[in-house]
Formats: sequence, structure tokens, C-alpha cells
Amino acid sequence: MTENTSIIELSFWQILAAYVFIVLLLVIVRWRKIPREKEILISSLRMTFQLLLMGYVLMFLFENPSPWLTSLIVLFMLSFAIWNIFQRVRGPLSREMKRAIAVSMSIGTILSLLYFNFVVIQFAPWFNPRYFIPIAGMIIGNSMTGITLGVQTLTEHLHSQRSRVEAALMLGATPNQATRKLVNQSFDAAILPTINNMVGAGIVFLPGMMTGQIISGVNPVTAIGYQIAILLGITGAVALSVILFTQLGYKTYFNDRMQLKD
Amino acid sequence: MFQLDNVKYKNIINTKQLTIPADTITAVTGPSGSGKSTLLRLLNYLVSPDSGTVSYHGKPFSAWEPTELRRQVMMLPQQPVLFGETVAENLQAGRLFSGREEVSEEKLTAAAQQCMLNKQLSDSAENLSGGEQQRLSLARLLLAGPDVYLLDEPTSALDEDMEWNVMERFLAEARRAAKGVIFVSHAAAMADHFADHTIQSDSFTRGGGLKP
Repeated sequence: MTENTSIIELSFWQILAAYVFIVLLLVIVRWRKIPREKEILISSLRMTFQLLLMGYVLMFLFENPSPWLTSLIVLFMLSFAIWNIFQRVRGPLSREMKRAIAVSMSIGTILSLLYFNFVVIQFAPWFNPRYFIPIAGMIIGNSMTGITLGVQTLTEHLHSQRSRVEAALMLGATPNQATRKLVNQSFDAAILPTINNMVGAGIVFLPGMMTGQIISGVNPVTAIGYQIAILLGITGAVALSVILFTQLGYKTYFNDRMQLKD
Repeated sequence: MFQLDNVKYKNIINTKQLTIPADTITAVTGPSGSGKSTLLRLLNYLVSPDSGTVSYHGKPFSAWEPTELRRQVMMLPQQPVLFGETVAENLQAGRLFSGREEVSEEKLTAAAQQCMLNKQLSDSAENLSGGEQQRLSLARLLLAGPDVYLLDEPTSALDEDMEWNVMERFLAEARRAAKGVIFVSHAAAMADHFADHTIQSDSFTRGGGLKP
């Protein structure tokens, strides 16, 4: 199989032409009088700015590979993801809940990342930013979405099923027993999109990582190998961080006397 | 017995001293919103007082392992709650929550009949009426078998005849097994008829005290 390694470099005007899609969206919301213009503008600007910044950071990293810099960038991505979860969840989060989110995000993604890099892909040196950072991005980003969904469902369920949880406590159930059903429902809701992602992959949509590799000239079979590995890695990372979150998260609703907090 | 000393809770409960026997049948009466349910929640350790101590068998609640205490002193909320799909699952739930082993189908059926619930064990619990769900909850509690039953208006969704019959049968079973019952009732006549002691809500809401 021959590989076509030439790739069309996008010029400034070509990228600008792609913003027509945002203009289209703006026209639609204005026409339908949906008050979303500000968010659309802000998010497309943020996307542009963040990606440009990331592009330069990556360029710098590739030229100056260092274990410290790679770790620092991953830590920054992780902190940003955690902060993003705090922002995205509707309603106030208790300090314990924030801690549960931060701990489960950190442990879940770092463990999965280490396993994926050292056992599955095995690139060298271990901090090679060309591999480490995009993989970290995918794992952290998907875990972030998973935990956000997990927090949302857990909070809603504990609110709507409060009397049921309390009735179980009245019969001598531990908080773990009293919340088992809704904790499972939250876990399920949080990992469902990831499972659906695997179902649709390759038929309904070509996942981003594979698309990027193919466009940049990588043999599709090689690209698919990576894509399969990363989809499995993402699934594992989401499952691990969400189960950690649900296990820590439900406990934040109880005090040390095993009473539901107000 | 339960002992409340200088207990205050959220402008609802306020008592210098209150003693409630744990081996007889006690009715708690008073107007609605007067703190009767809150008293039961305090005794179930579901909430803790802002100040003062609650003790059971001479041991302050703070020295009890919370689930251990609740497995001896179980509470039934006024609104029935379902655990599981079938009648059988719902009846077993109290056993499982309280760390006790499951019981045979004969015992499930007997407890259901004791509470006048004539349904198949495999029937869906969701299809039961409010009154049937209350009887299901009572039967679940009987099967769980704590030492003390805290009942918050356990028969409020039943018509009067049924209400008296179910209470009669439940309390007969509790007496036979030498268990304590503390029940909240809006009907003074029912308290007079069934209870060995009656506690008026003003005895634990206005800084008062009572020794039955």
C-alpha cells in the first residue's frame, strides 16, 4: 500500500471560509429568536483561541521535549477539565462533592493514561509529547463528559428519590445499600454515550483521531489500529473515573451519623 | 426505653426530659405540623438534635453505630415507598437492608395476610393502591423484625374499618412477640383504644416533660 504523505496546508482564507458555518448558525438562531448568539460567538472564539494556543504550545514541546513540560501540560489539561465540570453542572456543588470530582478525575484518568501509554502503545521516550498529549486530551476530555453526566444524574436522583433513600435508612440500610440503585443508574447514564460511541464507530461516523490521521496521510489500517485502541482506552478511563466518582460522590450526601444531609 | 434530655431541634422539638417506653405500645398525638413525625425521626437517629441527648437502653445515640441502632428501632414513613418490582421483593427488602437473611415464601405470605394484604407474591407492587402499599410496608416491617417499631400514621390511606383492623392485627403481632411500638396517630380514639400510653405533642414541643 502506498501512502500519500502530502497534505493540503490550510491557508488563513480557507480557515476563514470555514467560519461560514458559524455565521449560518448565528443566522438560524437570530431568525428563530433563540437567545444563544452570545454563547455561540464566545465558544467559537474560545475554540479558536484555545486551539491556536495549543498549536503553538505543541510546536514548542515537539522542539523541546521534556518530561517536566509534558507532565505540566497534562496537569494543566486535567485541572482545566475539573474546573470545567464544576462550571457545567447546574446547581451548587458542595466542597466535598468538588473534592470527589477532582479525586476521581485525577486518579481515573492518570491510571488509564499510564496503562495506555506504557502497556498498549509503548512509545519512547515515555514523555514523547507527540503521543502523550493528544492521548491525554482524548482520555481527559471523555472522562470529563462522563463525570459531568454522572454528577448530574446522581444529584438529580438523590433529589427526586430522597424519600426512598431515607426510607431505606429507616430500616437500617447503610448509605451504600440505600443508594445502590440510584448510584448504578448514574453510572449507567454516564457511560452510555461512550458505549454508543463504540457502536457507531466506523459506520455512522469516523472518529476524529482516525480522520485526522487518514487526512495527514497515515495508512487507514494503521489509523484504525490506533482508533480501536483509543476507543477502548477511553471506555476504560470513563468507566474507571465514573465508578470512582459515584463511589465517592454518594458519600458526600451523608454525614458521619449516616444521616442524609439537609 | 428512650430518654430525651434537654433536647432541642430546629424550633420543633423542645423538651427538658421525656421518657418513652420501648417495650409497650405508645401513641403520639397532636395537631398536624406539631412535630410528631420529627420525634420519630429523632428516635430513629435519622436526624440529631441541635442540643441535648437522646438515649436508647441507657446508651446515648452518639455511642451507637447508626445502622445498628436503626436495625433495632425501625421507622415506617407516612408515605409508603417501594423497593423492587414484585410484592415478594418488597417484603424481603427490610430483611436485606437490615442485614438479615431472606425468609421463606410462607413467611412472606403470612406477614402479608397479617397486615390484610391479599396479593400474590409475584404481583407487581407498582400496581397496588396507596392503601395496599401501606399494608405492604407494614408487612415488610413485621418481617424485618426490629425490637421497636416507629410508625408514622401507618394506616392513613385506609378507610376507617380497614384502618382499625390492620392496626389491631399488627399490634397483636407486636404484643405477641413482645416488641415495642410507638405510633403517630391523628385519631385520638385510636390512640385511646390501642395504646398503653399516650404522649401529647405539647409535652415535647414546649419545653415540657413527661414520664408515663
